[in-house]
Amino acid sequence: MLFNDIYAPEDVRALLNRSDQTTPEQVERALSAGHPSFSDFLALISPAAADFLEPLAARAQRITRERFGRIVRLYAPIYVSNECTNRCAYCGFNRGNEVHRVTLTPEEVLEEARALWREGFRDILLVSGEAPHKAPLSQLVETAYLLSRDFPSISVEIYPLEREGYASLERAGVEGVTVFQETYDPELYAKFHLGGKKRDYNYRLATPDRIGAAGMRKIGLGALLGLGPWRFEAISLALHALYLQKTYWQTNISISFPRIREASGGFTPPSPVSDREMAQLAFALRVLIPDVGLTLSTRETPAFRDGITPICFTATSAGSKTEPGGYTRPGEATEQFAIEDSRTPGEVAEAIKAMGLEPVWKDWDRAFIAPEPRIHQAKETERTL
Amino acid sequence: MSDTIMVGDTLKIADRVFKSRLLVGTGKFERPELMSAAIEASGTQIVTVALRRVDLTRPGEDILSAIDMEKYLLLPNTSGARDAEEALRLAKMARAAGMPDWIKLEVTPEPRYLLPDPVETLKAAELLVKEGFTVLPYIGADPLLAKRLEEVGTATVMPLGSPIGSNRGILTRASIEIIIEQANIPVVVDAGLGAPSHAAEAMEMGADAVLVNTAIAVADDPVGMAKAFALGVEAGRAGYLSGLASSSRAAAASSPLTGFLGKN
Amino acid sequence: MRVVVNGEGMDIEEGATVAALLQTLGLPGDRTVVELSGQVVTRDEHPSKLLTDGDTIELIRFVGGG
Repeated sequence: MLFNDIYAPEDVRALLNRSDQTTPEQVERALSAGHPSFSDFLALISPAAADFLEPLAARAQRITRERFGRIVRLYAPIYVSNECTNRCAYCGFNRGNEVHRVTLTPEEVLEEARALWREGFRDILLVSGEAPHKAPLSQLVETAYLLSRDFPSISVEIYPLEREGYASLERAGVEGVTVFQETYDPELYAKFHLGGKKRDYNYRLATPDRIGAAGMRKIGLGALLGLGPWRFEAISLALHALYLQKTYWQTNISISFPRIREASGGFTPPSPVSDREMAQLAFALRVLIPDVGLTLSTRETPAFRDGITPICFTATSAGSKTEPGGYTRPGEATEQFAIEDSRTPGEVAEAIKAMGLEPVWKDWDRAFIAPEPRIHQAKETERTL
Repeated sequence: MSDTIMVGDTLKIADRVFKSRLLVGTGKFERPELMSAAIEASGTQIVTVALRRVDLTRPGEDILSAIDMEKYLLLPNTSGARDAEEALRLAKMARAAGMPDWIKLEVTPEPRYLLPDPVETLKAAELLVKEGFTVLPYIGADPLLAKRLEEVGTATVMPLGSPIGSNRGILTRASIEIIIEQANIPVVVDAGLGAPSHAAEAMEMGADAVLVNTAIAVADDPVGMAKAFALGVEAGRAGYLSGLASSSRAAAASSPLTGFLGKN
Repeated sequence: MRVVVNGEGMDIEEGATVAALLQTLGLPGDRTVVELSGQVVTRDEHPSKLLTDGDTIELIRFVGGG
């Protein structure tokens, strides 16, 4: 079974309808529910619940402390390639955009990683556009392997792979894969994804299943806020996360839901999401799924990040550069999107300490349990694909 | 209670759909007629039976003649099995007797509390699924074992509320809550439910069904108790579907957390 | 000839079938499971399955259980 088999956009619309009709009394009941149900979640994201943000925040914060303690994980993305064969209306890497395209060699990625190491990072996210011709899986596998010798935690956010591709990344030392659905609404999806392999909504929707089936330790889900009504994405993300937790029950699930910033090409989000709405979604997700990871982007402003992080987020990027080579030769390639929080990682860490939390640069070391990553075996698998 | 809340609410196990969420065991009844009447009063659609060697001195006793097999799905169990191999043997015997391929898997090597052996149960479940059986395993309330069984293809999991025949209710609540939360297959709370309120409690927690035997069979009035359990199951289910209000926790923060958000 | 039924020795007619044994014992063929030397004999086979001297037969049936 795949998520595609149980997920139906018309069901989400029916749930959305129910959510819209929530009364303040139902919100109060949801806030005090011992084990919040999905109905309670619908109440907590409803328009009526907008007047209950303070008690919702209090509930979310208490759950976060109970589950995660006083910590926030810090990570940094390394953009490996901004080559891309897709045409996503909101993305700076859209193949229709006139941008300076760069693909880093594994050695160049290592240079970037060294720069991040000096900043304190031990947790790296490798990012690539859909460019298997320029940044093939074999190269990503090799890069991950090279990094895994020094970095305890490596994740990737790259074009969707088959299950075996994920398995080869896992053997090379990758512990997590993030793949955004961008929008769960098939019509909007078709509207914003105008070209390339990514046009296939269903293949993308089934990607987290392939990641889970490959035995990856962490799966990251995501939706871009601003493409359409945010509550639709909220319900879908929650359903997807709950499904994955049940099906791949040895895997950690995390969710990201950044708001779209203007990208190269001048895309303006048609359904902008306010700070209060973004916060409501974050709080409600925390209450519904106490142990889910919530990841905050540098696309948000420092003031917003500092306010919301201590309530419910468990991981955040810092000092991010969204162009290949951004840490060692800034300004050369074109970035994916502009970031709003331009503080250095050190400054972000200080801000986290000022919240009474502990910034965590490294929370796991695979040396505790795992054998050395096996590049040779990974490569062999690669050849047989 | 709203009459509409339960309309269309059915229990689906494997490819069969049931209206009743109460499974009834047929052990320990004083007389077959009492058992028949209690089964009838319970409204159940699934009754469990066991397999034993025929006592040649009393060949006339036959429990099946007291059960209307058109009306009830007979669910043979593997009670008495001490390991996977014995369970498989019993299951095959039940099948040879012309029963549907449904089997309640019980592997209880330990005679005092009849607690199920997780290792042998998992092993047996895998073998039985491969043999084409619809497997309903009786297990300790262990959430990971429940997931393992689901993965090998069992139709349900049947965690125990408390030791079999103990009538102590749901002592494994915290674990059963997790099993229910994580399961993609029906969760049937089995063993230890001693009072209708225990059955209601299981259903309020979100269990899909319960199995009751001893508490009905040994009651002063088994028929009355069967009816009472049916009501308990129904009440608990309706409560679950209607959305239980829970004891409220004060949610007022002393200092505003959301001040940074402004009023937009 | 002599066979062992549920652990008890028993004399039966030469050439008796499983069905004949069940009838002699007053047991319903459609509700009794027969195991002959460790192998289940299906109901279809009851009328044709011949017993031989020294066979070990287990007769099992349904009883009350939870």
